[in-house]
Amino acid sequence: MNRLDVVGKREPMLDAWDKAMGRARFTDDLTLPGMLYGKILRSPLAHAKILHVDLSKAKKVAGVKGAISGKDIPKKKYGIVPMAKDEYALAIEKVRYIGDEVAAVVATTWEAAEEAISKIRVDFEELPAVFDPIEAMKPGAPIIHEEVPNNVSAKIHKEFGNVEKAFGESDFLFEDTFETQAVNHAPLEPHAALAIVDPYGKVTLWASTQIPFFLRRNLATALDIPESKVRVIKPKVGGGFGQKIDQYAKDFCAAFFAAKTGKPVKFVYEREEVFTCTRQRHPMHIQLKTGMKKDGTIWSQQFKVIADGGAYNSTAPLMITLACFFIMLPYRLENLLFEGYHVYTNKPVGGAMRGHGIPQVRFAVETQLDRISEKMEIDPLDLRLKNAFQAGEPHPAKLLVQSCGFSDTLRKAAEEIGWKEKRGKLPFGRGVGLAGASFPSGVSNMSHISSGAIVKIERDGSITLLTGAADIGQGAETVISQIAAEELGVPLEDIRITAADTEITPLDPGTFGSGVTLRAGNAAKMAACSAKEKLLEAVAEKMEARSEDLEAKNRRIYVKGSPERGMSFQEAIKYYQYSDRPMPIIGRGSYSPPAKEPTTLLKENGNFSPAYSFMTQAAEVEVDTRTGKVKVLKMVASHDCGRAINPMLVEGQLEGSVVGGMGQALYEDVMTEKGQVLNPSFLDYGLPTAMEIPSIISVEVETDDPEGPFGAKESGEGTQLAPAPAIINAIYDAIGVRFHSLPVTPEKVLKALHEKKK
Amino acid sequence: MKKILKLQVNGEEFEVLTETHKTLLEVLREDLGLTGTKRGCDLGTCGACTVLIEGKPYLSCLTLAIDVQRKKIITIEGLSEQGKPHPLQKAFVEKGAIQCGFCTPGMILTAKAFLDQHPHPQEGEVKRAISGNLCRCTGYVKIVEAILSTIE
Repeated sequence: MNRLDVVGKREPMLDAWDKAMGRARFTDDLTLPGMLYGKILRSPLAHAKILHVDLSKAKKVAGVKGAISGKDIPKKKYGIVPMAKDEYALAIEKVRYIGDEVAAVVATTWEAAEEAISKIRVDFEELPAVFDPIEAMKPGAPIIHEEVPNNVSAKIHKEFGNVEKAFGESDFLFEDTFETQAVNHAPLEPHAALAIVDPYGKVTLWASTQIPFFLRRNLATALDIPESKVRVIKPKVGGGFGQKIDQYAKDFCAAFFAAKTGKPVKFVYEREEVFTCTRQRHPMHIQLKTGMKKDGTIWSQQFKVIADGGAYNSTAPLMITLACFFIMLPYRLENLLFEGYHVYTNKPVGGAMRGHGIPQVRFAVETQLDRISEKMEIDPLDLRLKNAFQAGEPHPAKLLVQSCGFSDTLRKAAEEIGWKEKRGKLPFGRGVGLAGASFPSGVSNMSHISSGAIVKIERDGSITLLTGAADIGQGAETVISQIAAEELGVPLEDIRITAADTEITPLDPGTFGSGVTLRAGNAAKMAACSAKEKLLEAVAEKMEARSEDLEAKNRRIYVKGSPERGMSFQEAIKYYQYSDRPMPIIGRGSYSPPAKEPTTLLKENGNFSPAYSFMTQAAEVEVDTRTGKVKVLKMVASHDCGRAINPMLVEGQLEGSVVGGMGQALYEDVMTEKGQVLNPSFLDYGLPTAMEIPSIISVEVETDDPEGPFGAKESGEGTQLAPAPAIINAIYDAIGVRFHSLPVTPEKVLKALHEKKK
Repeated sequence: MKKILKLQVNGEEFEVLTETHKTLLEVLREDLGLTGTKRGCDLGTCGACTVLIEGKPYLSCLTLAIDVQRKKIITIEGLSEQGKPHPLQKAFVEKGAIQCGFCTPGMILTAKAFLDQHPHPQEGEVKRAISGNLCRCTGYVKIVEAILSTIE
């Protein structure tokens, strides 16, 4: 490949200056004249019939401009996965968890809205509730959604190879059970929405969302109006991590009241609502049986996974499917039997969170692998290297892995942590561990998954780039602009980007599944290329050359290999106009990940993603045997993200993801008792602070993926799959105790050390 | 009950007619339009609303506006001098210490107040100083790097 000028550079994010100076506008920073403020009344009960909602006193509070309950809204279910729609914007007939939305009000001040909420009277008939997914699956358990009598709202049962036969052929069998906890995404920006409705019924919604186009669709469904009557604009978004994939009551209520009152309406969630009433990483019960061959081959695995879904589906079918398919990467596995259940309980709702169903099963696999390697007397690193999947290998589920640096990530992570010198050799209380993982770069198995881009070359030589991609702080706009700039041969500063406005920018599925760089990047590259080609044609005519012999670089267009034979970008545009070619120059790109047919992996196998990233995490820990406290000293994040479009942003992704993974391993836990969240604040939850962070070393393993724009793949989401097992494996190396449930709190460590002494 | 409050923010004098129970965060954002100060929790637990009062970091969500009249208040919008960004702002941009940017204003102001008192800190002291400011995006690594990079 040619030398790259913009791609591969450590560019600050395009909006970093705005954010540093306090100029960046998030949804809650926007105000409109006459704006009303909204509040939601939430259920105090985990499971109950709504007999009657009395709004009369609320409506009488001074300043109140509207109050509604479930019976005032269209009876239209919505949901992020079309086959799993199970939510109303406000509860109709019954509530299913503590925090479920019962009613909403708008008023001229926050205070009036709050007072009105306190004046709403609701008659409930309490129903028996169920909080444990295993209990919820049993006959006779309370039914949470009438149409799902056993509370199992999504399941997957798949076999690859022949597991029973393969267990018979195995030399060693290992069986373990694991449990993971609920983790909140905890973006720093609480969820917010602001809506206006014009006299013709057209809704404009500004929202903290990762998926403007999906939100447009969901909102249209819930409001029961055509999609063309909804415009969604994404201002700056203060982090999402998957939590801002779903539509929430705040989006619906803002739009609904805006239509009803003719005024702008804003809803902003409180931190407690973010913790209890949005989404969380699914807690899972995992049973895992593995058959090993004497030579260290992972020969067969059987899983039974029960995911605690809470009261609604959100991404349920996709989550449980991902958990299944990503057992078969990053290790070769020919025989797999996977039985997975997403089960309703009367608790906060599970949703997509960084890694989406995979971190939980990776925790099981990777910690069991360490137990296996000890029993079989094989070094855990060697065991992983032996089974490491390689590019181009046939895959049992027909995933098409065209680039794979997994083995390299293992070797480099081991080297950087000092594996050979440290593993099993550090004093008691100190240890090292590692774990591997793989993640898709976007998904190609659902509808609505294409990205578009438009590139306009303006008269002054500047470039306008339109993309539907949703930057939520990860730097999508910067990366996509770098790709377009590289393709056009101009510096990054020449690009002006407008993104994530459903009325102006082309379709894009949004930020999920780690597909943004690949999908929207490819669309931008195509659009830039098509605009460039128009310009090159004109230059070719002028220079009496063939356009395919020209290239664009450093704001010049010239004959390949002879930079002196050409003209500046500006001169080319001038010539273009004077040769009577129609302005403006517009290039278009539409990109869809290649798939012969849409495959919903639930039913048939197929290539799930256009590319797969691979990663290894290595941890060094110190366990204080007096207090039980685990301190992570060092984390190595070794990541094959294809070609890094912006290495500084990739590092930032890895570092943030590692610390989040550390939170899951040691601190974070959304604790509930009878469905009531006990710790819905940062004070009690356990989000890692700067005091806990280890030394983090990012090691990029570059591969050149044929499908990725300039060879790029996912970075940052997959990195959250393996930190927890790497840390748990390091704890074993330190104190000889294996933990099968997360998080590993000081209490658990002390208890385990005490039992070990006995 | 409403009252006229006299506030001195970013070197400018303001008179604001507002409820006496309003927090400084609310007055800054809603009455003065200074939305650079962020509301992340409203409980004093995340640090996103940090502003400087007489040079010291305060959680504006736990501070009543009426209590800080006539005191020198600096928000993120007022940190630059004559349009020139503060070295911390420049370092945060250039070192990649900003991702979503929601914690950034509070983080920068906390760091500024700390460095004013401790011009030559060790890395551990910087981490302790910003430990009341939460960030979910960056893992703090580049934030600490950026702060340390401004020390001569």
